[in-house]
Amino acid sequence: MSDLLQSVVNGLLIGAVFALVAVGLTLIYGVMDVINFAHGEMVMLGMYTSFFAWSVLGLDPLWSIPLAGVSIALTGLLMYVGAVGRVLGRSPLAQVIVTFGLQVFLRGLAQFLWTPNTRTIPRPWAAGLRWEIGPVIIGGPQVIMAVGALLATGAVAYFMNRTRLGGAVRAAGEDPAAASLMGIDPRKMYALCWVVAGLATGVAGALLMNSYSASPTAGVSFVLMAFVVVAFGGFGSITGAALAGLLVGVAQGVVGLYAPSYTLAAALALYLVVVLVRPQGLLGTR
Amino acid sequence: MSAPTVLHRPSPARLRAFPVRRLPSWTTAVVIVAALAAYPLVFADSAAHNIGILALTFGIAATGWNLLGGYAGQVSFGHALYFGTGAYTTALLVRDGWSPWLAIALSLPLAALFAAAVGWPCFRLRHHYYSIATIAVAEIVFILVTNLPGLGQANGWELPVVEPSLANLQFSLLDKRPYYYVALGFFCVAALAVWLFLRGRAGNYVRAIRDDQVAAAAVGIDVHRYKLAAAALSGAITALAGGFYVMYVLFVDPPSGLGLDLSVSFTLMAVLGGVGRFWGPLLGAWVLVFVQDLTRQEFSGSGRSVDLLLYGALIVLVSITEPGGLLAILQRLWAPVARRLGRASRTETDPEPVESAEVKA
Repeated sequence: MSDLLQSVVNGLLIGAVFALVAVGLTLIYGVMDVINFAHGEMVMLGMYTSFFAWSVLGLDPLWSIPLAGVSIALTGLLMYVGAVGRVLGRSPLAQVIVTFGLQVFLRGLAQFLWTPNTRTIPRPWAAGLRWEIGPVIIGGPQVIMAVGALLATGAVAYFMNRTRLGGAVRAAGEDPAAASLMGIDPRKMYALCWVVAGLATGVAGALLMNSYSASPTAGVSFVLMAFVVVAFGGFGSITGAALAGLLVGVAQGVVGLYAPSYTLAAALALYLVVVLVRPQGLLGTR
Repeated sequence: MSAPTVLHRPSPARLRAFPVRRLPSWTTAVVIVAALAAYPLVFADSAAHNIGILALTFGIAATGWNLLGGYAGQVSFGHALYFGTGAYTTALLVRDGWSPWLAIALSLPLAALFAAAVGWPCFRLRHHYYSIATIAVAEIVFILVTNLPGLGQANGWELPVVEPSLANLQFSLLDKRPYYYVALGFFCVAALAVWLFLRGRAGNYVRAIRDDQVAAAAVGIDVHRYKLAAAALSGAITALAGGFYVMYVLFVDPPSGLGLDLSVSFTLMAVLGGVGRFWGPLLGAWVLVFVQDLTRQEFSGSGRSVDLLLYGALIVLVSITEPGGLLAILQRLWAPVARRLGRASRTETDPEPVESAEVKA
């Protein structure tokens, strides 16, 4: 029983990071109708940024959060301007392929520059913290990751749902032609989506360095999880992605308790069930 | 299926990516096959033969992918599942003493069945939903095969080395040419199957579905059925590549037979060479296998690999600048030459058929 409770808590904490990763993916999807297959690689680059901030500058991963966020936001902008923005309006195939190509490219780049070795930050500051609440043990890194991810997810949701600029982004997503008549340049809004998504994945990457290792393939499992989360929350829904992230985290934690080899398989099966049975997702309406 | 989401943009009329192209003429086919047959005679060393064998094998798989992804417009990132079906079925049966020819032949309908079973639910999904679903199915199978006892788990299967003969589909490692010609034979079979499919009514139907599924359904095409037909043939062809591959390397494990990277490479080959073009995947396979071999020699031992980097860059470049792939570039270069030849002997200058006219009329 206490094992189960522990898994649920662990799942909830990592689920917050899933939510943060998924928010950027669902933002790009909702506004541009593009699936960013390179999303996990943006997380991976965020992790490397945080790692090198530690190994070169001696910064704790907590301090490198802004650095990683800004670097990956720039990377996202570059990906949009250099590649994705150039295939807008082309066939769905072209759009799928271009982000897929970016994925392969970024992973290859990381492997070429930094070799396939995993990089870990030993003993980050958060590792010194630890709480015991009844039978449940909560580690500092997990709490830092979860709190940071929730704050960042909330910030993205606030930006999109409560600010004028966020409203402009949504308008460009809903009807680019009408939005441009109102003086909104849809292409700028699309670029902004990539900046926000980059910011979110960069922050997620830096947070993850509190207890994960960076490697060229580190992003793969996160992007697969993010697909599941985005589908579960309803494609394009930010609030849905945030809630679904927590739920998928818990589900992963519980499955991991009984069948650790099958957590990813279970998550992917969940994706299939959701898109086939309830394609509008958890919160969506038909 | 429309995406009922908070931020969803109503799907705009998209530019059509692929105009209908003529299927290759017999003369093109004969020239290409003759050039392929001459290759191992021109390049006599074993390394070149190895490149050719791999290029043909992956050319088969990518041609199979292209039928579903390029012609029918259903972008699958899970074709490793069918490659693995061919590889695993062949490996297991040959270990049991079966003839490899029979084993490969048996794996084809099995893969077709799998492809139809995956397509049955998943073809209700459109675009990204479908593509991600194919990843999900293939990854689930990958995880199951890696973990469940009975299918070799992470260790995979080795095949016994037996006396070299055509019946055993094993040849001397000193001279790889027999492997090459078997691969070429298999490629011809695969290409012929795709050609026959595309030439018939089904070929027009799947292209109509790709260009506009709603319109295709409106004129009475059974969309689901023709997607399934394309998927089944596509899966069987990809399994053929898998079956031959396992006989060539005599080993299969989950990453080499079912990995996501494998699915990706089929897609990349087709896209690089020219998606929805008959010879595109073959061209893409040759280029990628060649590039991989080149970079492996260059950077061996450093633990770094430049091939992924190069693949990715190529894919992004091609999809931005020339969606028709390398083949489209070649055709553009060839066009002035052909025009001059045509002026000399005015034979084959039939105009491009109007898009989907035969279906919508």
